[in-house]
Amino acid sequence: MLKLSAENKDQLTRIATPNMTNEKRQAYWRRNLRYLFILLFIWFLVSYVFGIFLVEPLNQIRLGGFKLGFWFAQQGSIYVFVVLIFVYVRWMNKLDKEFDVDEI
Amino acid sequence: MSVLTWTIILVSITFALYIGIAIWSRAGSTKDFYVAGGGVSPLANGMATAADWMSAASFISMAGLISFMGYDGGVYLMGWTGGYVLLALLLAPYLRKFGKFTVPDFIGDRYYSNVARTVAVICAVIVSFTYVAGQMRGVGVVFSRFLEVDINTGVYIGMALVFVYAVLGGMKGITYTQVAQYCVLIFAYMVPAFFISMIMTGNIIPQFGFGDTINDGSGMYLLDKLDQLHTDLGFAEYTSGSKSMIDVFAITFALMVGTAGLPHVIVRFFTVPKVSDARKSAGYALLFIAVLYTMAPAIAAFARTNLINTVSEQPYAEMPQWFTSWEETELIKFNDKNGDGIIQYVANPEANELTIDADIMVLANPEIANLPNWVIALVAAGGLAAALSTAAGLLLVISAAISHDLIKKQINPDISDKAELWWARGGAVFAVIVAGYFGINPPGFVAATVALAFGLAASSFFPAIILGIFDKRMNREGAVAGMVVGILLMLFYMVKYKLQGFGGGTPDDWWLGISPEGFGTVAMVFNLVVAVVVSRMTAAPPEDVQELVEDIRIPQGAGDASAH
Repeated sequence: MLKLSAENKDQLTRIATPNMTNEKRQAYWRRNLRYLFILLFIWFLVSYVFGIFLVEPLNQIRLGGFKLGFWFAQQGSIYVFVVLIFVYVRWMNKLDKEFDVDEI
Repeated sequence: MSVLTWTIILVSITFALYIGIAIWSRAGSTKDFYVAGGGVSPLANGMATAADWMSAASFISMAGLISFMGYDGGVYLMGWTGGYVLLALLLAPYLRKFGKFTVPDFIGDRYYSNVARTVAVICAVIVSFTYVAGQMRGVGVVFSRFLEVDINTGVYIGMALVFVYAVLGGMKGITYTQVAQYCVLIFAYMVPAFFISMIMTGNIIPQFGFGDTINDGSGMYLLDKLDQLHTDLGFAEYTSGSKSMIDVFAITFALMVGTAGLPHVIVRFFTVPKVSDARKSAGYALLFIAVLYTMAPAIAAFARTNLINTVSEQPYAEMPQWFTSWEETELIKFNDKNGDGIIQYVANPEANELTIDADIMVLANPEIANLPNWVIALVAAGGLAAALSTAAGLLLVISAAISHDLIKKQINPDISDKAELWWARGGAVFAVIVAGYFGINPPGFVAATVALAFGLAASSFFPAIILGIFDKRMNREGAVAGMVVGILLMLFYMVKYKLQGFGGGTPDDWWLGISPEGFGTVAMVFNLVVAVVVSRMTAAPPEDVQELVEDIRIPQGAGDASAH
C-alpha cells in the first residue's frame, strides 16, 4: 500500500482547497456526518418505525379521522421528509460559512 | 363542448408550448446537451426534477394501486419520497461537487477503471430502457382513450414530440419543457382532487378531507366508513392491509434506495451552478413531488368509497355511462355469475362478479364523480405531460451513455465537441426509436419489470456511489465485484419469481418472504458486503483518487460541470 507522509498529504489537499488544513477538513466532515446521523435517524423513525414496525399500536391512537400509524405511512412521513431536507440545507449553509468553504 | 373537443384543445395547446420552449432553448454545445449549460436555478431544477421523476405510473397508476391496496399502498408513498432524503443528504451535493456529466462518469473516475465505467453504462441502459418502454405505452393509452385514436398512433405522436425536444434541445430543452410539464401535470392532478374532496367531505383540501367526515349524513369519518364497507364485503380493512411486515419494509427500502440510484434523477443535480444549489433543489424537488404524493392517497380513498357505493349491489342495467365506456376497453369486466342482474363486488373470488383494472381509477375518477368535461380533458393532458417528461429524461441518459461514456471516454477520446454533440443527438434518435418499438410491441415482461427497475438501481448504483463518497478505502475491485454481484442476484431473483426461469417458484418459496419488488434491498446488502470485503483484501485506491474523495466532500470550488 502506498503511503504519503502527513505533510505531503496536507500539501496535496491544500492544492485542492487552498485555505483548509487537514484538521479543519476532518472537523468539517465530522460535523457533516453528525448532521446526517441525526436527520437519517428521524427519517428512519417516521417511515420505518412509525409507519411500518409500530403501525399496529399507533393505530390505536386517533388523529381526527386518521389512525395515527396509517397517517404516518400515507401522509406524515412525507411531510417530515420535506422538512428534513430543508433543515439539512440550513445547517449545511451555516456550516459552510463557519468553515469558510461556502461558494461565492 | 364535448370531452373530445376539450381534450384536443388542451393537448394541442400544451404540445405547442413544449415545442416552443424546445426551440427557444436548443442546445449549442455538449455541455448544453448533457447538463443544460450548468446554469439552471435550484427552483427550476426542483420543478424539472419533480416532472422528470413523476412518470405515467405516478400520475395514472399510483392512486389506483393504493385504492386497491389500502395501507399497503404506503410502500409507494414512503418509498418514492423518502428516497429524496437519501439523495439530498448522501448523493446530490457530492456528485455536484465532482462536476461531470453522467453517473458512469463518476463510477469510472472514482474507481479509476473503464471496466467499472462500462458496468455502470450497462446498468444505466438496462434501468432506463425498462422504464422508458412503460412511459411510451402510457402515452399510447391516454391517446387511445381520450382522443379516440389507435394506441400505436398515440405512440407515434408521442415519439415525434419527444424527438423534437430531446434531440434538438438535449438537457437544456428538456429542463425547461419539464418545468412547463410539472405545472400542467400538477394542475391537472389538483383540480379533480379538489372537486372530489369538496363533494365527498365538504373539505376542499384533499389531504384534510381524507381525514374528515363523509358527506352522506352518517357523520362517520371517511376512513372508518371505508373500513366498514371493506369488512362488509369481506375485504381486509382499508387501513390495515395484507402484506407481511418484512415485505412492506423491504419494498419501501428498495424503492427509496432505487430512487436515489436512478441515473436520470441523479443527473439533474449536475445542472445547477453550486453545491448548495444541489442541496436546495433536492428540497424543492421533494416539495413539488409531495404536493402530488400527499394528494394521491386521499384520491385513492375517495375513489374507492365512490366506486363501492356506485357499483356494489346495484343493478347492472342502471350503471352510468363511464362504466360502459371503460367496459369497452376491457379494463372493467362484469360477469353475472348468479344471473340476478345485480353487481356483486366482494372479496371471495367465487362470488365476485366485477374486475377493475387499477389503472383506470385516476382517469375515470372525474367521470365517476360527474365532473365537468374540461376537467376530464385536463387529466388527459396531465397524464401526457407526466409520461413525456419522464421519457425525455430517460432518453437523455441513454444518449449520454452512448456518446459520452462509450464514445468520448472509451472509443475516441479526441473527438471534437461538435462531433460528440452529433453523436449525442444520434444516440437520442436511436433511444427514441427503441423506446417507440417497445411502446408498440410491449414485451410481456415490461409491465413486470418497471417496478423492478428500482430494484436494479438499488442493487447496482446506490452502494457504489455511497461507498465512493463515504468510504475512502473503497477501491476498483470492491466496487466492480459489488455491482456485478448485486445486479446479477437481482436479475436472478426477478427471472426466477417473475418470469419463472431457473425452475421458477411461488410466493411460498420467496427468501424470508420477500417479494421480487422488495428484493432490491437484499441484493443491495449483498452488494455492500461484497464490496467492503473485497476492497479490504485488495490494494487501496491510488493517492490521487483518495484526494478526489477528500475534494468532493468540501463544497468550495465546485466550478462548472466539465468534461475535463
